[in-house]
Amino acid sequence: MGLTSSELPFIVDLIATLSKIVVVFLIGLNVPPIMLWVERRVPALMQRRRGPNRVGFFKWRLWGLFQAVADAIKLIFKEEAVPAMANKWFFHLGPVFSVFPAFLVLSAMPFGEYIEVMGYQISLVAVQVNVGFLFILAMAGMAIYGVALSGWASTSKYTLLGALRASAQMISYEIPLGLSLIPIALVYNSLDLTEIVKGQSHFWQWGIFLSPLSFIIFLVCMFAETNRTPFDLAEAESELVVGFHTEYGSTKFAAFFLGEYVSMFALSLLCSILFFGGWHLPLLSRENLINLTGSVNLAALVGVGVLFLKAAFFMFLYVWVRWTVPRFRYDQLMKLGWKFLLPLGLANIAVTAGILALNF
Amino acid sequence: MNPYLPIIIILGLGVALGLILSGFAHFLGPRHPTPAKEEIFECGVPTVASRERMSVKFYLTAILFILFDIETVFLFLWAKAFRSLAWFGIVEVAVFVLILVAGYLYVLKTGALEWD
Repeated sequence: MGLTSSELPFIVDLIATLSKIVVVFLIGLNVPPIMLWVERRVPALMQRRRGPNRVGFFKWRLWGLFQAVADAIKLIFKEEAVPAMANKWFFHLGPVFSVFPAFLVLSAMPFGEYIEVMGYQISLVAVQVNVGFLFILAMAGMAIYGVALSGWASTSKYTLLGALRASAQMISYEIPLGLSLIPIALVYNSLDLTEIVKGQSHFWQWGIFLSPLSFIIFLVCMFAETNRTPFDLAEAESELVVGFHTEYGSTKFAAFFLGEYVSMFALSLLCSILFFGGWHLPLLSRENLINLTGSVNLAALVGVGVLFLKAAFFMFLYVWVRWTVPRFRYDQLMKLGWKFLLPLGLANIAVTAGILALNF
Repeated sequence: MNPYLPIIIILGLGVALGLILSGFAHFLGPRHPTPAKEEIFECGVPTVASRERMSVKFYLTAILFILFDIETVFLFLWAKAFRSLAWFGIVEVAVFVLILVAGYLYVLKTGALEWD
């Protein structure tokens, strides 16, 4: 055993933490451009059309991958129209509140166990608190402020209704989300995400096999928490224009976009970590991988790749579901959250606790 | 190092990023405001500010959320101490959850969760 995080010399710990934070931000900032492209090319694929494929440098078009760059430049240099009636302070603060909670959630995700740099063991998680789950839930909950503030401050009826719907939906689905995590904490006996992944080294120990009902509840809540179809009532285009950020343009709109996609990615990572073994490959344990590659760092790198591949699948699932399932009605949405998922979550905890109690 | 220090750094950086994005819109784009541009979005009819009263359902949902969210927070702590508390913990939590379930049934019966 090498040194753990708390035993590192202060300066090493500081440098490691700062570089991890930089990496988290780089990953977070690169998710939206890629997803912007995926969000257009995947539906194009599903509807048998081409999608954007023209933007590029000279003859390198790369399947339209530069479309995201073009969009970013367009958004940055657009004119911003601030409604005269809007509450200016909160109007400008709204996007800020939708950006930073997403990055805080992302920073709590472990990307791997540890790497060894110059004899020091450096864990691959930027924020290692012993109450990982509670931190994630608390930070995810903060995103509601951004929605509520910006929707209310815009003074438009569409934004107000969108904000009300979105905030009510997000808080309603946070309860089943929390309840679906408790069986995982019970089974793996930890609230620390790194410990939970360590408990899933064999694929029959993955969360989806040990607690399948949790996975289903989590998956539903994952879509509802990020306001994605089939639960995108907050931005039901046919009723509310685009919901709470109707009045926002330019980079402020980009900020909402950034917040949404970063939190989607963070939840996809969380889903892979809790239910699909995180950085573990099926049928190839970490020890075997280290023996095979001959180094801890290389094995960790493979692990990060595996984790990101799993998360990428859930990002794809978001887009897939968006173009497959129609939107819910608002009363159906609330009914599903409060009358179905909440009792189901409680029953799931009772059953899990009961089965575990047989082994006392 | 205090494990909560990185959180402060990320919070600072995240807020800075948000402010930069919010500010970009203000300083980089062209600015030619006209009365029509400064109106809120609407199709054809005169715009009015929306400071209307909203449905009481939303307040009710918020209050119920606080109740049940505190429940989940308590359950997390129990889950952490599940193996050391053993049967004592299970019985305690069962009593706690049953009281909440009684409240939940009351809420259901009063129709607080009906949306129509």
